[in-house]
Amino acid sequence: MLLPTRFILIAALALPMFDARADLKAGDPFPSLTTAGLVGDLPVTDGKVLLVDFWASWCAPCKASFPAYAKLQAEYAPRGLVIVAVSVDENQAAYEKFVKSLHPPFVTVHDKTQQLVSMVKVPTMPTCYLVGPEGKVRFMHEGFHGEASEKELRKEIDGLLAESTHSR
Amino acid sequence: MKSAFSRAGRSFLLCALSITAFAGCTNASLVRVKPWQRASLADYTMNPERDPIAVVNSEHVYFSRESATGGRGVGGSGCGCN
Repeated sequence: MLLPTRFILIAALALPMFDARADLKAGDPFPSLTTAGLVGDLPVTDGKVLLVDFWASWCAPCKASFPAYAKLQAEYAPRGLVIVAVSVDENQAAYEKFVKSLHPPFVTVHDKTQQLVSMVKVPTMPTCYLVGPEGKVRFMHEGFHGEASEKELRKEIDGLLAESTHSR
Repeated sequence: MKSAFSRAGRSFLLCALSITAFAGCTNASLVRVKPWQRASLADYTMNPERDPIAVVNSEHVYFSRESATGGRGVGGSGCGCN
């Protein structure tokens, strides 16, 4: 009786392997924004440090994160950072209303069919990815926790911008 | 020898059946709403406390039925002594 029990235990432990998640992690190439069916004007990102933020109008922390990204945009855009905020809203009107009310100074695009977010598989809302000039994910930040998140992002952006400046 | 083989065979079969039976339970796409699909869950109408009068009413029904107040995210321990 012990043998089948062992087999069942091993099988149970092996089950999570069948559910391997394909979440992006540091070092993975970030999917191309240009072929993801995004609605909106995309900026030129070649050779630049890119911060891609996934947000939605129904997500309160996403709304709280926008002023912080606006500050990062003002501070780091002249140094080569490009911020692209990708909305995963299924409701077009909600997306437009949100953008109209907040007037973000960075680029916002609409992942209307949720094609990009389905590829990226964000673990929570909001989640942002810092992508290096080579197109690979260098850092991922889950959620938005006020000043702590901003501080962490600043540290990573500073490091990545310094690195990309040295490599030129 | 035959009995040992059949026991191993049975174990293998049991293992295969277990994996088949429980595989559906681990499939995240079947059992979980993905973070970017939670617009409906975040909707105002999904908030059970969106109507203050309805909340007071249901609290009153609860108090009358259970003889206990509080213990619902507000002051009071639900002991019925306040």
